Amino acid sequence: MLKNRIIPCLDVKNGRVVKGINFVDLKDAGDPVEQAKIYSDGGADEICFLDITASNENRDTIYDVVERTSKKCFVPLTVGGGVRSVEDISKLLNCGADKVSINTAAVNDKQVIVNSSKKFGSQCIVVAIDAKKNGDRWEIYTHGGRNKTGINAVKFAKEMEESGAGELLITSMDKDGTQVGYDIELMSQISSSVNIPIIASGGVGNLDHLVDGIKLGNANAVLAASIFHYGKYSIKQAKDYLDSKGIPVRI
Amino acid sequence: MKVTIVDYSSGNISSVINSFKEIAQNKATIEVTSDFNKIKTSDKIVLPGQGSFKSCVDSLNKISGLNDTLNEFVTVNKKPILGICVGLQMFADVGYEETETKGLGWISGKVSKIDNQNGKYKLPHIGWNQINILKESKIFKEVENNSHMYFVHSYEFIPKDNKVISATTDYSTKVVCSVEKENIFGTQFHPEKSDKTGLKIINNFINL
Repeated sequence: MLKNRIIPCLDVKNGRVVKGINFVDLKDAGDPVEQAKIYSDGGADEICFLDITASNENRDTIYDVVERTSKKCFVPLTVGGGVRSVEDISKLLNCGADKVSINTAAVNDKQVIVNSSKKFGSQCIVVAIDAKKNGDRWEIYTHGGRNKTGINAVKFAKEMEESGAGELLITSMDKDGTQVGYDIELMSQISSSVNIPIIASGGVGNLDHLVDGIKLGNANAVLAASIFHYGKYSIKQAKDYLDSKGIPVRI
Repeated sequence: MKVTIVDYSSGNISSVINSFKEIAQNKATIEVTSDFNKIKTSDKIVLPGQGSFKSCVDSLNKISGLNDTLNEFVTVNKKPILGICVGLQMFADVGYEETETKGLGWISGKVSKIDNQNGKYKLPHIGWNQINILKESKIFKEVENNSHMYFVHSYEFIPKDNKVISATTDYSTKVVCSVEKENIFGTQFHPEKSDKTGLKIINNFINL
């Protein structure tokens, strides 16, 4: 039986982890490679790096991070943040990323998804959708949530599936950072509208939220950042908890 | 010992390279090439594959003479080959992704879309699934039955002869996920992304 995945996400800025795990035995707590290794050794099903480097001159730092991580971690590695073109995707894949997540560029021009999925295969193309509730519908936001587009998130999700996305990473801008749980309604609406796997993101504060994301939101994978970074829960604790709630996980 | 990963521009093979290098260390040399002479003098080869069946076959065919070199390696000299994902699928006679495309024909069978039971199951089949080991395979040495492996695919290999199937995985149907026929080995899952158990399979292949 296919297992639900738990994906820890690390924010990386100028090649350094922004919010990291506070483990005393870490030689270099800011090194994304060391942190990723801890997660993969701990049973993470996949590792996600979100590059939040703001300045253009430092953008190349992520390539070095990906290259070093892929030599140490033998679970899938997804990298997102600032991916604008087929060339960017190609560069990340060549450095050892297994999947690339694309956000703003997909909204600006869906041809990026059409072309990249044709060139590299849908299996490595993840479209990241940032959505915010507006009345009875969800709208897409880009540029890390700063720009409102007016695009209907559920419709856009279907369009991305048709364009060749292999997976969708859905983040609720309303819930992100609040620790009150995923936007279950958003997840389940998108999950039932598309036939590709969805990864729920934004808002996790405790392990029940992961359970809800899968059971109520029908997400195939759950992504979380802070609950793992600050050592509140280990990946193993999360998996054991999901298992105790009858959710199939890899243990 | 020289193991060659066949580089025929089939998409992203860095993870395959990294994992083989990690395991090989000093006991084997890992080459990444499409150079015929280097392939011929290898002890084993790895055939990765990402993207569609058609695009992988097209990429192989683009390198004139590569097909013949591989054919000789596998069917005449009978040296070990490991096909991964679409690399395995190409062992079939024919594939139906995008359009009907002729495969390498080393293991009789076809590659068709996984039956998702009218949308009940999502495709691609992405994530960790357990393998049911059906027969002893040299690459499964010390690999426990029901081990988890990482999958990402929408098409499956359906061999004509069930005896070549070494493992299946349960999704919408029992999906063939590993085959062994004499010197020919293949996995639908990605051993290079399947953590310690996956690396064990790579180690077993290098040690054949």
